[in-house]
Amino acid sequence: MKRVNAVIIGAGAAGGIVAKELSIAGLSVVLLERGPWYTANDCRKDDLRNQRTTVLGNAFGPEDRGHPRVWVDSSGAVLACLPSEGAYQNNAACVGGGTLSYGAQAWRYMPQDFRMRSTYGAPPGSSLEDWPISYDDLEPYYDKAEYEIGVSGDDSGNPFHGPRRRPLPMPPLPPNREFHILEPAARSLGLHPFHIPMARNSVPYNGRGPCMRCRWCVGFACEVDAKNGSQNTVIPVALSTGNCELRMECMAKEIVADDRGRAKGVAYFDNRGHLQEQPCDFVVVSACAIESARLLLNSKSRMYPEGMGNRFDQVGRNLQGHHYTGAVGFFDYDTYDDVGPGASIAISDYNHGTPGLCGGGMLANEFIRLPIHMIDRLPPGTPRWGLEHKKAMRTYFKRNVQVFGPTQQIPSADARVTLDPTVRDKWGMPVARISGNVHPHTFEIGEVQAQRAEDWLKKAGAAGTLRLAGRPAVVSAGQHQAGTCRMGADPRSSVVDRDCRIHDVDNVFVIDSSVHVTNGGFNPVLTIMAVAYMASASLVRNWKGTGFR
Amino acid sequence: MPSRGKSRYLTTRRQFVAAGALGGAAAAMGCKGPGEGGWESLTEQQARTLAAISDQIIPADEFPSASQAGVLDFIDRQLARNLRRFRKAYRDGLESADALSRRRYGRELAALAESAQLEIVKTLEQQYREFFELVRNHTLDGYYGSPRHGGNREAVSWRMLGLAEPPALGRALDNQHPPGRDPRS
Repeated sequence: MKRVNAVIIGAGAAGGIVAKELSIAGLSVVLLERGPWYTANDCRKDDLRNQRTTVLGNAFGPEDRGHPRVWVDSSGAVLACLPSEGAYQNNAACVGGGTLSYGAQAWRYMPQDFRMRSTYGAPPGSSLEDWPISYDDLEPYYDKAEYEIGVSGDDSGNPFHGPRRRPLPMPPLPPNREFHILEPAARSLGLHPFHIPMARNSVPYNGRGPCMRCRWCVGFACEVDAKNGSQNTVIPVALSTGNCELRMECMAKEIVADDRGRAKGVAYFDNRGHLQEQPCDFVVVSACAIESARLLLNSKSRMYPEGMGNRFDQVGRNLQGHHYTGAVGFFDYDTYDDVGPGASIAISDYNHGTPGLCGGGMLANEFIRLPIHMIDRLPPGTPRWGLEHKKAMRTYFKRNVQVFGPTQQIPSADARVTLDPTVRDKWGMPVARISGNVHPHTFEIGEVQAQRAEDWLKKAGAAGTLRLAGRPAVVSAGQHQAGTCRMGADPRSSVVDRDCRIHDVDNVFVIDSSVHVTNGGFNPVLTIMAVAYMASASLVRNWKGTGFR
Repeated sequence: MPSRGKSRYLTTRRQFVAAGALGGAAAAMGCKGPGEGGWESLTEQQARTLAAISDQIIPADEFPSASQAGVLDFIDRQLARNLRRFRKAYRDGLESADALSRRRYGRELAALAESAQLEIVKTLEQQYREFFELVRNHTLDGYYGSPRHGGNREAVSWRMLGLAEPPALGRALDNQHPPGRDPRS
């Protein structure tokens, strides 16, 4: 096979951006993706089979057959799980990765989010740490992501965000009914509500039309292609350069190292299941936190008996996502207006600065609900089945407002991805085993956040509320998974440096949420994208044609 | 305008009330009834028992019950497809339900009066928790999920909740304009 400059593994949020940046700089790129390329025509609007409600499986991969994982719950029980089950912590397997079907909230982290340890000190037992880069380092790339991917919204009403060089490229969508209910309530509580930034066209942008505001949003591919992901922005640009070849339904097996420990290529199973090896000058791993860690751990060789980049047993540690808590408010009038995407209003007042708490998170109203989403979100005391349940569905489906938020998780080194010793996937490779949990302080913060959500809803006139703040038995990673190849200066406590290069392998990079040291109190995608732009810029800057300067 | 807007099934509220009154405890009315056969995964016996349980989870009132809305079609089909892994759980669970019913009342579950069925289903919830949760979740999924899977026939549950069907928003932009007006003008 013809040698190329770079093999990128994973065509998701980060991989797509790296592919574009490298290929417009003239490097030859092979972009490997384990899933197929779905388009807007594949929007099936199936309430039971999408990327969020997976009763009948994942709409955008992986399929249930042949892709198991293993998880260990807090009691130590080892359980196998399918991609459509929650414990699997699935994101997606397709061109665009999670960005094809996500809700598309496109948040910048706050300056403090990169300085968690300095701001709060590490709670005992946690692995809380600062990023080696700051908000200011990332700001130009946040801006680039907002303009190249396309973000609508208006955070000018939010006094807590970091400095930004210019406003978002698109105005927010017109407010829905929930916005009008929640906005005055937030103000009377002294809070600062504003329009959520979303990677969704509110006006024509990038050659595609605006959101048509349908009911099937988060979890679905957008029927009118108004949701902006890597599959409809950067990846087409990468392909149009002629320098990037996208190989779909190709599953990376391992990064192949030469005798000196440098990567010389990537072994992968092609779409017919045949083992191939693509030689290259360098490798970019962008397979998302769990699969990136798994790939490195599976890349064993004489030099790396415990997996590539894993000399100090750091690969796969600090797995985190977001601990979602909040409340459902029940109203005596119709709050439902059947206008998507639903999520419209947020507050950032509680991300930082509460005495006694290491951070917090933003709170926002939930995406528009399908009937299936309300089955277990009825007022406290409602029977779980029977006539009363049916009546409650009827009474409250259109009369509820939900406020939830991603509590920033306090990482723990014990929350980790390892290789399962026995379970294999359909290619015969050891699968990821997910174990441990975040630091318990996370749950305490989450409970306070749920109380705040409840207070907001009550202020807005909710006649009753249902508070939801659980303590799940395993780290909640899922679509917000991060942290497994931590970025840092010290090789003993991190996996990659600030350029996303693996400490002891000078031509292998991990560029995706794996490098996040902490995961902010926000949906992580814009940060994944900004880090990808930043790392790509340094790759291009340091590339000398045959090697790195 | 696609023809799915016209309901062939949900004709009038009165018919439902009538159906509910006539049917009583009888299972699976409004969909493939016992004797008609044609189930993909279930036997007639299993279908009758499952219908009895599902109809306790979503009973008929002025809107259809689970089985009237086609939930059995949904479960039966999916047990041959995406939910194949639960076949054994269903087989064993339904058998236990009938065994329980025979022990207590001398008859299979579907043949009992409504109140006796409710009592058995409550016992299932206590004693066969895992199986009951399976049926409970699949019943609600089928009833409130997409009509294409057979369990929310003619989108009855969505209409019950007051959702526009077909949706007012969520069609291609050109369809949102009243007929006869050029959307580009």
